Amino acid sequence: MIVALFWVLAVLAAASGFLVFRLASMARVTIALLVSFLAAGGLVILLGLAYLGVVVILMMVIEMIIMAVFMIAYMMQPAGLGSMAMSMSHNQRSAAAISAAAFVLLGAGALLAPWPHRAGPAPGNPTFQLGKTIMGPQMLTMIILGLVLLAAMVGAVVLALNRGRYDRFGDDLKQRPPADPARGGIGR
Amino acid sequence: MNWPRQEWERLMVANAPPWAVLLVPVILAGFAFAAAAADGILTARAAGGRLTGAVAAAPLAEVARLLTGQRRVTPAEDRVLWRSGLIAVPVAAALAAVVIPFGSVTVSRMSVGVVWFNAMEVLTWAAVWVAGWGANGTLSLVGGYRFVAQGLAYQLPLMLALICAAAGAQSLNVAQVVTAQAHVWFAVWMPAAFAVYLAAVYAFSFLGPFSYPAGRDLAGGVMAELSGPDRLMLQAGRWLLLTAGAGMAVPLFLGGGAGPLLPAWVWSAVKTLAVLAVLVWARRRLPTIRADRYAELAWVVLIPLTIVQALVVSLVVLTRGGVQL
Repeated sequence: MIVALFWVLAVLAAASGFLVFRLASMARVTIALLVSFLAAGGLVILLGLAYLGVVVILMMVIEMIIMAVFMIAYMMQPAGLGSMAMSMSHNQRSAAAISAAAFVLLGAGALLAPWPHRAGPAPGNPTFQLGKTIMGPQMLTMIILGLVLLAAMVGAVVLALNRGRYDRFGDDLKQRPPADPARGGIGR
Repeated sequence: MNWPRQEWERLMVANAPPWAVLLVPVILAGFAFAAAAADGILTARAAGGRLTGAVAAAPLAEVARLLTGQRRVTPAEDRVLWRSGLIAVPVAAALAAVVIPFGSVTVSRMSVGVVWFNAMEVLTWAAVWVAGWGANGTLSLVGGYRFVAQGLAYQLPLMLALICAAAGAQSLNVAQVVTAQAHVWFAVWMPAAFAVYLAAVYAFSFLGPFSYPAGRDLAGGVMAELSGPDRLMLQAGRWLLLTAGAGMAVPLFLGGGAGPLLPAWVWSAVKTLAVLAVLVWARRRLPTIRADRYAELAWVVLIPLTIVQALVVSLVVLTRGGVQL
């Protein structure tokens, strides 16, 4: 049962991953990539890491849909209809050669490497172990990562905005309420 | 935790037989029908009509009408995505419901049930956006985008509300969330999390104040190009999601199947119906809110509010018993 489920999910992940490069419509590409990630999340659950697997599913749905919004905004022909369909692949021959070489290298590594055997019993609750690691020895890493990511997000939003505070609050920053194209939800 | 558990042992959820998974959509649909019928009765009463059996049975008649109706065909539709998005909405509702304990029985007692519910509810992001995209119609597409915008607003407060319940129980297992409410329901000492959760139930089923993606100003938005069985999928999916959300509110915030005299499953049903009744009644009293306005409210008010709520919960748990696993 587990083995059958593994093969179904593995083939689904690989096949929909392949479809990402074959489909022309941005919406289909996104959903194909999403299916690939969902199958990978299922594989993580099969490994006994229920929390990580479900979080992969949760996060990937949100990420893929937000990505779809941007891909469609940037593409000239996002629906991939008719003769205007854009090719998503370039330099196909050397790309195929590089892909095949990478596949052989990684596959050979997976098959030939001497994998270590587990020392000691498996932890009873992997979710708890994960939380203890993140909140314990890796706490500093997580805090720094969080700050860096937040700074990156704020920076990206600031760079993308075409209106600054002088547009909103006037030249001496005293204008109230701010001159926004649409009013916000809390009465500003 | 040093709370007495004996009385609650019977709520420690028993493993249901595997075929019980087939009962989940049936029970969910039963509650959803009750909610839709109550909604129809309220509509008829507001219109001054007479309350007849036909009014109460209107949802059933509507299902039959849509099942036999003709599908709308649009030029250059993306049929694969369109149909799979529509089917995914009710499927996501049923999948979310497998972790909800009904009395002392749950189909799945997985250790991360709270996160599972969240993940299955999030599937509607993809499903509704794709349903809007696939029809190749402007209004439908705008409706799909509206759902994503609304999702960005409601999702983080919802996650923090779920974190409050999980932190209060020190577990992501739904059965242990129920057990942790032996003395006091989480709704009592986590009122902000409960209110945010209920708002999110409207939001992921895009009903009531969050019906913006299917708004009348868009001629139905994401529903605009749907007829026949396609329309049934999305319409039924919305009510199933509302029901699953109401059902999950019971173990998360209302003590699960706990209650005097009656068996646990009766209490589960009564509480689910009570939450549904509140949601159905209130949805007619609340105006539809635009996603951009709710986004500001969510990010400026609700996220800090739920973070403070989670802090309070964590401090209470730490002082009352510390981490104990």
